[in-house]
Amino acid sequence: MTFFSNIWRNEKSREIIVQILVLFFLGWFISWLVMNVNANFEALGKDISFEFLFIPAGYDINQYLIDYNNRDSHLRAGIVGLLNTGLVAFFGIILATVLGVALGIIRLSKNWLASKIAYWYVEFTRNVPILLHILLWHGIIINTLPHPRKAISLGEVTFLSNRGFYIPKPLTESGIELVYLFFIIAIIFSILFTKHCKRKQDLTGTQYPVFWINFSVICFLPLIAFFLSGMPISLEIPALKGFNFRGGMHMSPELAALTFALGIYTAAFIAEIVRAGILAIDKGQREAAESIGLKPSKVMNLVILPQARRVIIPPLTSQYLNLTKNSSLAIAIGYMDLVATLGGISLNQTGREMETMLIVMLIYLSVSLSISAFMNWYNSKVKLVGR
Amino acid sequence: MKTKMLLAGVTAGVMFAGSVLASTLDDVRARGKLNCIINTGLAGFAAPDDKGNWTGFDVDFCRAVAAATLGDADKVNYTTATGKTRFTKLAAGEGELLSRNTTWTFSRDVDLSQTFIGVNYYDGQGFMVPKALGVKSAKGLDGASVCIQTGTTTELNLAEFFAGNNIKYNPVPIETNAEAQELYKAGRCDVYTTDASGLYATMMSFDNPSDHMVLPEIVSKEPLGPVVRHGDDQWADIVAWVLRAMMAGEEKGITSKNVKELAAKDNKDKEINRLLGKDPLQGLSKLGLSADWAVNVISQVGNYQESFEKHLFPLTIKRGMNALYRDGGLHYIPPIK
Repeated sequence: MTFFSNIWRNEKSREIIVQILVLFFLGWFISWLVMNVNANFEALGKDISFEFLFIPAGYDINQYLIDYNNRDSHLRAGIVGLLNTGLVAFFGIILATVLGVALGIIRLSKNWLASKIAYWYVEFTRNVPILLHILLWHGIIINTLPHPRKAISLGEVTFLSNRGFYIPKPLTESGIELVYLFFIIAIIFSILFTKHCKRKQDLTGTQYPVFWINFSVICFLPLIAFFLSGMPISLEIPALKGFNFRGGMHMSPELAALTFALGIYTAAFIAEIVRAGILAIDKGQREAAESIGLKPSKVMNLVILPQARRVIIPPLTSQYLNLTKNSSLAIAIGYMDLVATLGGISLNQTGREMETMLIVMLIYLSVSLSISAFMNWYNSKVKLVGR
Repeated sequence: MKTKMLLAGVTAGVMFAGSVLASTLDDVRARGKLNCIINTGLAGFAAPDDKGNWTGFDVDFCRAVAAATLGDADKVNYTTATGKTRFTKLAAGEGELLSRNTTWTFSRDVDLSQTFIGVNYYDGQGFMVPKALGVKSAKGLDGASVCIQTGTTTELNLAEFFAGNNIKYNPVPIETNAEAQELYKAGRCDVYTTDASGLYATMMSFDNPSDHMVLPEIVSKEPLGPVVRHGDDQWADIVAWVLRAMMAGEEKGITSKNVKELAAKDNKDKEINRLLGKDPLQGLSKLGLSADWAVNVISQVGNYQESFEKHLFPLTIKRGMNALYRDGGLHYIPPIK
């Protein structure tokens, strides 16, 4: 008796006992869940099998980044859906970051009007559910833009209609290799040039307009090569044929609506995170930077933002994850992402609810974990290094 | 999670149903009302009228079964169900009869625990387009954007039709009928595809129905019919013969107007006598129905033709495949002997 009460009184051993108990109950609960599922499946005469992944899907998908037709397997249909999820998440994250950082900074601006506009943007946007944002943007695009036959034409090469946006598609011809080569040379040059300038500035204090020089080199070198090799790029211009435009590059109203909605909604949260990050920096930092004569843009870019980044990145990661997961609402407007393909039509056609849902959940989990891992890596790069 | 709950519901429903099913008819009689599962709203088939009463072709069939079993067509409780929940609701005992434009397929009949008792409407997947598009045939739809309601065999029929005719299309998959209609009206799609009956019903809900048309191509077989739970043969027979009685009414010229008169006299056609209870119909007692069951059905609800014309003619649906066999349709009922 005394032995047991001694163990319980000892803080170390008590902790271990509690943890073992919790682990035991957790294991019991999970095994109960699994057994319950198995029992229900047995009662229904169903088994768990993933063979359906390899039979032809039979349905068509309206946007595919890799080749797909309805004779391909459910697995390939799922991959097409996953790539569509990735595409909208990619565009959405870029839009949300650019807009969010800008709004976060504007919100703190001394200009009353600009700061109020940012304030109202944030409050209006983040207090409306994301699904409504998606439906609103989709509604705006399909109801206000004209039918393809009356499409808004920008210079007869780019067209806006309620079936989406069409832009010319560049087609490469022989001789394009020279342009690629010059592009690579320009990149290498700008890397070396940046290093050189930094060394020079460290030694002498002389500053060069590094960004503008690099920018012009990267732009103009390939352009020169383009003319030298006889303009080896032609444009495929979209043209109205029958019901719709054909040729060119196409962005569907669903992709556009989803990107706008996700980007604009998430930007409101990012704006607040950026504002919080900037406010977290002691105002002495700003005053010190200003007192040595730095321009306001330099104060922000060289002193404030690098320090604020440490505060911003962890919550920013959550926002990127939210945006990616929110993209599963695409099903409401008919954008064929992972949930709409594998978790929707494939599920309905094969009746394999448990298997498809497991796969979809595992995929979202691994996508989220990869984003987390990348952001953690970035975070560890920018965090305060003890010297 | 939803899926698991659904599965649990079906399982519970099957177990529960097993003990009660012994006499569905007794349950209905004890309650004094028939519980009937119908569509959440499809003009012509099941939709509330301006007084809030359910009305339509599928609703009429619920009323006919109530008239045959309870003697009063108004003694029906209606429960609505979506395409996804209908079988679960039937299995869980929320109704004795599922009368909701349900396609009879092998796996639905065999795999899930339910019995299809016949076909009351032969349907098929069709295409609706605005007349302004100037398309006369579905084969002229090369390159069109097509709105589809997902969750059924619609996607597969569509893919097979277009691939078979070697033409391309751009699918726009939508979850609900209401949302899909909005996209079609806004011009996001050139074409809307679902069962032809649904297309006519949808078209009638538009401001200018005459601006739209259903193309002649029907790309799938969709035999729609009432469904009951598996395991009670007496109840399945009752429901099946109520449907046949309505068709027999049309075949023999018995209408809600003349049924009382025909029931009172001795007809030359003895089949009319047997149907209307003038002459004995052997085995009727096994169904547990009174001799005037068919009189109640036809006098209170009408025969098949009356119900069809009342609810589906306003949608500009023609009899077509749904005419009796003698008029070139597919409805052919066994003799009433």
